[in-house]
Amino acid sequence: MSDFQSFDFRTKFGSRYFPSPIFTASGCAGSGKELAQFFDLDELGAVVTKSIAVKPRSGRATPRMAETPSGMLNSIGLQGPGIDQFLANDIPWLQSKGARVIVSISGETVEEYATLARKLRGINALYGIEVNISCPNVENRGLVFACDPVASRAVIEAVRRNIGGDYPIIAKLSPDVTDIVSIAREVVAAGADGLALINTMLGMVIDVDAVRPKLAGITGGLSGPAIRPVAVRAIYQVHAALPSTPILGMGGVVSGRDALELIFAGASGVSIGTATFGNPTAVIKVKEELLGLLRSKGFKSLQDAIGAAHV
Amino acid sequence: MVFSVGEMALHAKPGNFVAISVGGNSSAMVLRRAFAIYRASDRGNFGGTIELVVAAHGSGSRWLSERAIHDRVDMVGPLGTSFGIPTEPVSALLVGGGYGSAPLFGLAEVLKQRGCRVDIVLGASNANKIYAPLEGKRSVNTMTLTTEDGGAGVKGKVTDVLPQLIEKHNTEIIYSCGPMAMLEAVDKISQHFEVLHQCAVEESMACGIGVCMTCVIPLKDETGTIKMQRSCIEGPVVDGSKVIWGSNRQIPPGTLGSQALGVTSTWDPDS
Repeated sequence: MSDFQSFDFRTKFGSRYFPSPIFTASGCAGSGKELAQFFDLDELGAVVTKSIAVKPRSGRATPRMAETPSGMLNSIGLQGPGIDQFLANDIPWLQSKGARVIVSISGETVEEYATLARKLRGINALYGIEVNISCPNVENRGLVFACDPVASRAVIEAVRRNIGGDYPIIAKLSPDVTDIVSIAREVVAAGADGLALINTMLGMVIDVDAVRPKLAGITGGLSGPAIRPVAVRAIYQVHAALPSTPILGMGGVVSGRDALELIFAGASGVSIGTATFGNPTAVIKVKEELLGLLRSKGFKSLQDAIGAAHV
Repeated sequence: MVFSVGEMALHAKPGNFVAISVGGNSSAMVLRRAFAIYRASDRGNFGGTIELVVAAHGSGSRWLSERAIHDRVDMVGPLGTSFGIPTEPVSALLVGGGYGSAPLFGLAEVLKQRGCRVDIVLGASNANKIYAPLEGKRSVNTMTLTTEDGGAGVKGKVTDVLPQLIEKHNTEIIYSCGPMAMLEAVDKISQHFEVLHQCAVEESMACGIGVCMTCVIPLKDETGTIKMQRSCIEGPVVDGSKVIWGSNRQIPPGTLGSQALGVTSTWDPDS
C-alpha cells in the first residue's frame, strides 16, 4: 500500500475521483460476481457492468465467438436480464462488495436511454454511466448511434436530462467512423463528461470448411491486441482536439506497458476487456505493472502522464 | 497429459473442466482452451494431479501437446458443473462420442465406488477417433464400441445400440458427452425410455469463467422459461431434458428476451 501513498494514482471523470485508473470493460466482467472469485472488486478503479437494456435480451444465436490473430470476434448481441432485474439483483450485490460501479446502458431509441437513466437515479454505488451508443452487434447498423453525430447528441442530451445529480456520463464511441473527433465534439457539447474509446470494430470470419460465416450473427465485434493501435490513434486524435475531456481508453490492453501507451495517448483511465478472458486477474496485473512503470519513469502522479506523448 | 496441480485436484469432479493459456507470452492466441478433466487424483508421487486428453487438432492444442516434461502452463480450474452422482446404487449408462468421452472414465470410477452398475458406449466415425484407454475398462461392467465405418465394434452410431442396452441393463440414468448432435439424439432416446439424462454440452467458449457470454445454450429453468445460459457456469453438465436442442445458429422461439432481437425501431430525430 505504500506505493499508493507515495504515488498519486487517482483519476477523475466528471465530479468523481477513482483511486485507480484501471477499470473493467463493459461486457468483459459479467456482473462482477464472476471476477470477485479472483480478487476484491474494490481493487479496481471501477467495475463497468455489461450494457443493460430496458427489457431482457436473449442476445444472438451461437456460435457467438471466433478467435482471430491477436484478438477475437464476439457477437453476443447485448444479452442481459433487463434493467429491473439488474437493479434488483446485481446492483445490491456490487454495492455490498464496496465496488465503485459504472453502469453501461444501451437502448434502441433515445427514449429507452432516457428511461434507463431515470431508473439509475439515486444508486449509492453508482459512480457514473457509460452510454453505449456504439455496440456493433445490433440488427440494424443504422441504430449504431455513434456513427451519426446528430443521433449521438440526442442520446447524450436525453441521458443528461434524466439522470439528475452529478453522475458522470461517459459516452462510448465506435472507431468505425470516418471522423471520430466530430462525434466526440458533439457528445461533449451535449453534456458527456468523458468518452470511452474504443468499442469493438466490426469484423467477420468465414469458415472455409463450412463455406459460411463463422458467427451465427454473421458479423461481430473485433477486440484484443489486434485493435490496440486503432485505440491509441483514436485516443490520441480525440485528446488533441478535446484535451480537457477525460478519456476512458480501451482496446487490447493486456499489460501495464499497453495501458501506459493509452495513457500517454491521452487516456485518463484504462479498461481491460478481452485480456480478462485469457487471464481472470488481468486487471490486477495491469494495475500493478502500470504503477511500477509510472514510478520507474519518474512520474509523481498519473495526471502527469496523461497525454504525455502529445508533441 | 498429466498436470501437477496441487489442491486443484481435490476439488475436481467428473464433468468439470479446466482452461489453459496457450502459445506462451507473445502468442497471438488470446483465449484459453477448455479441456474436460479426464481424471483427477489428490495423492500420488506428484501431489494432486489432473489428467487431460489432448487431441492436437488446432494450433492451441498442438502447442499444449508439444510441452515438455516439467514445463509449466497457466491453468484455471476446476470449472463448471459436474455430473450428479446418485446416492443409491443405480444402473448407469455412459455414452461418449469421439475424444469427448474422456470425462466418462473418471465418472465410471466414482459410480463404481458407489456400487452402481456401469455400462459404457463409445462411438466415432472410425476406430482411430475412439478414446478408450485400457484402464477405463476396469471400472465398467460392459463396454460397447460403435464406428460409422464398421472398423471397430458395431457398425453404426451410439444411438443405434442404446435402446437394446437400456432394456438389457435396466438403465436408470444416462450420462453423455460428445458432439451436440449426438447429445440431442441420446436425449431423444432417454426421453422415450423415461430415463434421466445428464449431458456435458459443447459451445465455443472464450473465458470459461462466466464473463464473456459466448458459450450460451438455451435451457429451460424451473418455471419452464427458456433462457440463454452459460455452458461454463450453468454447464457443461446439464439435465438433457432442459436443453432446447437443434438451436445452433438460431434463438429458439419463446426464449426470454428474444423479442428484443430483430426488432428494428428507427431513430426519430423529433422524439
